[in-house]
Amino acid sequence: MAYSFPEEVLEHVFSFLSSDRDRNAVSLVCKSWYDIERWCRRRIFVGNCYAVSPEIVIRRFPELRAVEMKGKPHFADFNLVPEGWGAYAYPWIAAMEEAYPFLEEIKLKRMVVTDESLELISKSYKSFKVLVLTSCEGFTTDGLASIAANCRHLRELDLRESEVEDLSGHWLSHFPDSCTSLVSLNMSCLGSEVSFCALERLVARSPNLRTLRLNRAVPLERLANLIRRAPQLVELGTGAYSAEIRSDTFSNLADAFSACKQLKALSGFWDVVPSYLPAMYSVCSGITSLNLSYAAIPSSDLVKLISQCQNLQRLWVLDYIEDSGLDALAASCKDLQELRVFPSDPFGAEPNVSLTEQGLVSVSEGCPKLESVLYFCRQMSNAALIAIAKNRPNFIRFRLCIIDPQAPDYLTLEPLDAGFGAIVEKCKELRRLSMTGLLTDRVFKYIGSHAKKLEMLSIAFAGDSDLGLHHVLSGCDSLRKLEIRDCPFGDKALLANAAKLETMRSLWMSSCSVSFGACKLLAQKMPRLNVEVIDERGPPDSRPEGCSVERAYVYRTVASRQRLDMPDFVWTHDEDSSLRYS
Amino acid sequence: MSSSEESYSYPDESDLELGLGLSLGGGKTKTKTKHLVAAGGGGSWDHYARILTAKDFAGVVSDKTSSSSSSSSSSSSITKVNTSGTKRTAESPCSPPGRSAIRFSYGSSQVVGWPPVRTYRMISMSNQVKSPVTEQLFSIDDKCKSKNADTPNPNHGSCKNNNISKENGFAKTSLFVKVNIDGVAIGRKVDLNAHTCYEALSRALDDMFMPSASVGGRGSNMEKQSSVAGKRQPVRFHDGSSDFVLTYEDKDGDWMLVGDVPWEIFLSSVRRLRIMRTTDAKGLGMRISTLS
Repeated sequence: MAYSFPEEVLEHVFSFLSSDRDRNAVSLVCKSWYDIERWCRRRIFVGNCYAVSPEIVIRRFPELRAVEMKGKPHFADFNLVPEGWGAYAYPWIAAMEEAYPFLEEIKLKRMVVTDESLELISKSYKSFKVLVLTSCEGFTTDGLASIAANCRHLRELDLRESEVEDLSGHWLSHFPDSCTSLVSLNMSCLGSEVSFCALERLVARSPNLRTLRLNRAVPLERLANLIRRAPQLVELGTGAYSAEIRSDTFSNLADAFSACKQLKALSGFWDVVPSYLPAMYSVCSGITSLNLSYAAIPSSDLVKLISQCQNLQRLWVLDYIEDSGLDALAASCKDLQELRVFPSDPFGAEPNVSLTEQGLVSVSEGCPKLESVLYFCRQMSNAALIAIAKNRPNFIRFRLCIIDPQAPDYLTLEPLDAGFGAIVEKCKELRRLSMTGLLTDRVFKYIGSHAKKLEMLSIAFAGDSDLGLHHVLSGCDSLRKLEIRDCPFGDKALLANAAKLETMRSLWMSSCSVSFGACKLLAQKMPRLNVEVIDERGPPDSRPEGCSVERAYVYRTVASRQRLDMPDFVWTHDEDSSLRYS
Repeated sequence: MSSSEESYSYPDESDLELGLGLSLGGGKTKTKTKHLVAAGGGGSWDHYARILTAKDFAGVVSDKTSSSSSSSSSSSSITKVNTSGTKRTAESPCSPPGRSAIRFSYGSSQVVGWPPVRTYRMISMSNQVKSPVTEQLFSIDDKCKSKNADTPNPNHGSCKNNNISKENGFAKTSLFVKVNIDGVAIGRKVDLNAHTCYEALSRALDDMFMPSASVGGRGSNMEKQSSVAGKRQPVRFHDGSSDFVLTYEDKDGDWMLVGDVPWEIFLSSVRRLRIMRTTDAKGLGMRISTLS
């Protein structure tokens, strides 16, 4: 203690640490550092809202200004988590109201947020600035009205991809005339029309507005006026991009765009009329991010647009781009880092566009900086995957979705083990992988041996036996999130790797071969794992012993394993009676 | 007709017939079938067995000679093969209707949450107004139009037998719209393209929201739509305590009673649905004639 700095000095030093990892490391040095650090931590990120309780957080970190949290597991996006499962924001919001009067930022993902919560937020924090709700649900436009009306210093309101019950567009008019602090507004997920006058005035009085993402109900004819009032925009999401073809509308729009010298990102583009795309050409050379994933535009028009965007780094697009369009992309966008190709007709039995594995091969060849891919297609081959891996060993994220989930190599009819094996072998920095296609235990062996930096793995309809799961759990040193559906993985691999599960954030297994007995055993063995059995067929012990559970969601937690908001289709370990599930 | 029945010495042969058609593509291999049995009794395999149709088997039958390696033999020691304890029941659907996940159509089979495209994205896509300009520019063949033919749509007398014209240029996708019912906070979604007329839609909604409806007596809960002197009646529901009426929000943001316009026109302008209490619906400005 003779050599210790005064607390204030240490606090000052710690204030330069922004990464959670660094701060967590600092906390472990000694008790006094732990104490000093916890008083000066201002931001936290909770990856699983059930891993910890509000009380524990508040007790440890009394002076937070920013909270970021995630709720439901990723597979909730595809309706694999029944409604009512949980992830309610309210208990957190209510607890923080008292504890953090100076809270400025709340960012939630996949949580259920009610109007009540929003109202509470809007009234509790005098300097509230940032609200980001990603893929959330449970609230209506009334809740938004509270936020607009009461948060005097609001900077960001971002509702990306949330499901909002849209009662009316009137909420926007609740922003008072005195509100001039907006930096970012993302209302793209909303359906109703807002008052265009109110919107224009809001934009006009927000000199710091950098991000404006409109919803589909904002017609193209209105876009020019809005942009004109905000030439400083960096990110713009259009509304519906269609109008009667009129030269005055066109030139109006083109003029407005040309005034936006700082525009870097474009999105929106519902209902595109291709003739209006050239109105944007003046900004294309500066564009680094382009989201055309709602735009039904033929390949030729896409190519014309994309070839104007030589500095493109991120492209999200529908498979209308086809292989030919991807060839053009590979030729003109050498800075491309991220590509996502979504299916225009995911449920069609036959392909509706000419997009194959070849498109991905071209892009991997032509774009040296490509590191992140999400690609939906209908056929794949080992040869293509091997080529892609060779071309692009710098992949960090590789997500491939073949529409037929167990499609083999379409050329050889073999499993795609070798292809994905090449990916994990060559791409040493791979952090995220999603696989589809015909896959045996062999691919998991490759993954276990090579994918040492892999943090998140998504598996569907793959594998032969528990050995597959065992390879992954025992081999992937950096694994944090594992989500599995419809695979023959079961008890043995799970129990043999119980300790591994505590080093991960979570494991999701649905429609696999995990028995209730194994879940019970796992929960008993590992007191800091919550093993949730999510089964809508009634009590798990009413079925024969060997019967598989519908879903098992296993996550580490320091909170109680009997969460108070558990619905009746979730069973967890009952602490009181060790062998009986409640 | 299972190609999986040949030369395996699995204890419970009867399980194999439920393993049919797991291969939704070609190339049915030995390892793959094996893992079906290894899975033991599980709701998920019933899921598959229950809903695949002959269409899926067409490609499978031909590939009987599986050349696949036997990585399976080495893994068999770990594989857990459930024998007696597990009876795969023929009926057991995984999830009770009306409770859980939306069923999407995949060709003629249904796999929950596959392909992994977010509902949000699919709704946005399917509600696209297809402008005449874009339709001409596309030169995509009109495929998969038979999709709608497979969906179970009872075409009863009063309902026009609509074959929804498949627009040229665009493959027909689902048209998911949100449905909310007064009194319940969380809404559901329904694929309008899975139905060919108002009556079919009513039945689907009835199933979804009026769980008290007995299987046989659906008619008692739902007023059949009938053309009375050419004028359609609004679609109604009855849950025992109050009357509900089906309404929709159109492109212009106006709320209308469902049933007043021809089905195709309805499809092109509907944004979402709401099952409203009759008392609240009076403000719609349309007279709701009492059915008697």
